[in-house]
Amino acid sequence: MSVYINKDTKVIVQGITGATATFHTKQMLEYGTKIVGGVTPKKAGTEVEGVPVFNTVKDAVDATGATASVIYVPAPFAADAIIEATDAELDLVICITEHIPVLDMVKVKRYMEGKKTRLIGPNCPGVITADESKIGIMPGYIHKKGHIGVVSRSGTLTYEAVHQLTQAGYGQTTAVGIGGDPVNGTNFIDVLKEFNEDPETEAVIMIGEIGGTAEEEAAEWVKANMKKPVVGFIGGATAPPGKRMGHAGAIISGGKGTAEEKTRIMEASGITVAETPAVMGETMIKVLKENGLEEKCKTH
Amino acid sequence: MNIHEYQGKEVLRNFGVKVPTGYVAYTVDEAVEAAEKLGTSVTVVKAQIHAGGRGKAGGVKVAKSLEEVRTYADEILGKTLVTHQTGPEGKEVKRLLIEEGCDIKNEYYVGVVLDRATSRVVFMASEEGGTEIEEVAEATPEKIFKEVIDPVVGLTPFQARRLAFNINIPNELIGKAVQFMTALYQAFVEKDCSIAEINPLVTTGDGEVLALDAKLNFDDNALYRQKDIVELRDLEEEDEKEIEASKYDLSYISLDGNIGCMVNGAGLAMSTMDIIKHYGGDPANFLDVGGGATAEKVTEAFKIILSDSNVKGIFVNIFGGIMKCDVIAEGVVEATKQVGLEIPLVVRLEGTNVEKGKKILEESGLNITSASSMADGAEKIVSMVN
Repeated sequence: MSVYINKDTKVIVQGITGATATFHTKQMLEYGTKIVGGVTPKKAGTEVEGVPVFNTVKDAVDATGATASVIYVPAPFAADAIIEATDAELDLVICITEHIPVLDMVKVKRYMEGKKTRLIGPNCPGVITADESKIGIMPGYIHKKGHIGVVSRSGTLTYEAVHQLTQAGYGQTTAVGIGGDPVNGTNFIDVLKEFNEDPETEAVIMIGEIGGTAEEEAAEWVKANMKKPVVGFIGGATAPPGKRMGHAGAIISGGKGTAEEKTRIMEASGITVAETPAVMGETMIKVLKENGLEEKCKTH
Repeated sequence: MNIHEYQGKEVLRNFGVKVPTGYVAYTVDEAVEAAEKLGTSVTVVKAQIHAGGRGKAGGVKVAKSLEEVRTYADEILGKTLVTHQTGPEGKEVKRLLIEEGCDIKNEYYVGVVLDRATSRVVFMASEEGGTEIEEVAEATPEKIFKEVIDPVVGLTPFQARRLAFNINIPNELIGKAVQFMTALYQAFVEKDCSIAEINPLVTTGDGEVLALDAKLNFDDNALYRQKDIVELRDLEEEDEKEIEASKYDLSYISLDGNIGCMVNGAGLAMSTMDIIKHYGGDPANFLDVGGGATAEKVTEAFKIILSDSNVKGIFVNIFGGIMKCDVIAEGVVEATKQVGLEIPLVVRLEGTNVEKGKKILEESGLNITSASSMADGAEKIVSMVN
C-alpha cells in the first residue's frame, strides 16, 4: 500500500515536449512509472520517449485512461494547465512548475472547489511511492520501499531526509512534496490523513519551513487525530524576518511564521522535532525504538 | 519587488484611488520648485526609502513656507535614516516626495494581502490608523476587520460598506470610502500586488477620503506581465550582490556572518544556514543555485560569494536531484580559476552524478576539504573559520 500513487497509476505529462519534461519523462519511465501519454498543443501525433503526444488533456485521457497528470508547463501557462487537468476530471494533478503568480493560484483554487481533482504543488518535487512509481523530479535511487511516510514543503530537504532513512536501513512508503508556495493544492493535514489510514505506513516525517501557519495547523491536527508517531523538522531557524528565502512562501512577516514558534507548537502536540537537518533520520529511528516499531520498519 | 511611496501613489491614482497631489524631487532646488508648483500653504517633505517608520526617524517634515521646504529638503536629502525596517546601518535618502498638506480629521488603516490559510485575498481595515498594524493585531485584535474576497466577484460593495461601517467612517463619507476600497482592490489584482497597505487612510476637513501613505509590494513571479512596474525598480535600494545574483536567476540574500554558503534548493539552503549556526558559525548568505543551474551560473554564484569581504570560508552543500554534482564541481573549479581562492572551501556532494563530481574536484588540484555529510561539512567549515 501507499498513498496517492502506486505501480498501476497511469500518468500523462503536460508540456511533455519541453526539455525538462522530456528529460524527466525518461527518468520516470526508467523508474517504472506508467507514463501513458503527453500533452502539448499542436504536437498531437508525435512521440516523446515512445509516449504518444496529444493536443489536449481530454484527448489524452480519452485515449489512455490516465488518472493522474504531472505538469512541467512554464509558469505563465501553468495555471491554465492545472485548470485543464481539473476539467478533464483527473484524480490527481502534480504541478512541478515554480514561479506561478500567486493570484493565478488563488483563481485555480477557486475553480477547483467542489471538483474531484486533487492538486499537489505547485513548486514541488512531486510524489514517489518507493519501487513503484515516481511522478516528479526527485532522484529515484535514494528511495527504498518500507514503512515511513514523508511529507515536505521543500524538495532537497526531502531528499536529505529520505537519504538518511535509506542509509540507516529504513525504507519509505510514499514521499509527498507539497511545495514551497503560499497557495498550494494539498497541505500537510491532507497528506497526514492519508498516512494515518495507510496500513503500510508506521510513522511519518513532516518537514516544514518558515512562513505561514500550515505546520501549526498540522500539529493541532496531529494532536487530535494521528495514530502514528510523527517526527518533524523546520528549516529556516536562522532566517532574518522580512526576507523571502527562495521559496515564495518562506518569509517571516509581522513576527509570524518563525521556526521557533512552529517547533514549539509541534513539540507541544507530541511531534518529535529533529534538532538539526542532519539528524532527521536518527530522530526517526529513536522515535521508532520508543514506539517498538524499529524491527518492523527496518528494511535491510 | 518594492517601490517608493510616490510611485505607489502614482499607480493607485491611475486606478482612481484618491491621493494628495505631489512631486518627486532629487535635489533641494527641485524640492522648492515642486512646492511652488503645488502652491499650497502647507507642504509635506517626505523621505523616499524602501522602509517604513520614516516619520519617527525624522524623515517626514511639515513646511509652512518655501524657505522651510528648502531647509527641510536640505536636511533630509543625503541623511541616513535608521528605522525598525532598515537595520542598524540605515538607508540614505536620495529622493523626496513634496506633497500638498491636508486638513486631517481622522486616520484609519486599510490593507490588502494574501491570506494563506484561505488561499484568498483578504481586505483588512482598522480604526487605529497611523500605528503599525502588527501592533494593533497584538494589542487590540478586535479592532481589525477582515473581508475574505472571492476572486470571481472581487471585493463587493456590501463588503466594502461593512468594512467602512465597522471602522466608523462617518455616514456622509461611506460612499467615498467604498469607492476608495474598490479602486484599491482593483489596483491590487490588476498589478499583481503581494501587499497594498494604506496607513494612514485619512478623512479630511473638506470631506475627502485620501491615501496619505502607500506601500505597494509586487509578486516577483508576476513581474513578467507587469512591465510598467518593473521600470519603477530602484536598484539603489537593493543589495548589490542580490542584484548581481538576480541577473543569473540565483536566489541570494546577504546576511551578516562570515561563512559563504552555496546550496541547491531553498529548504536545504535555509537548513544549511541553520546547521552552521548550530555548530557555532555564522552564515554570510542564503544562496539557492536552483535546479537547472549551469556551470556558468555556479561560477557566477561563487564569484558573488567571494565578493563579500566578510567571507572567511565557503561551504558548498549539494544534494543533486535535477542538479548534477559534476556541473557544480565544474562551476566551482572554473570560478576559483577566474578569481582565485585563498580561504577554506568545504564541499559536500550527494545525489545525481556524485562520483563524477568528486573526481573533477580531486583532479583540479584545488585545496578543497570534502565532507561526507551535511553535519560533517558544517563542523569542518566552522572549525576552519573560527
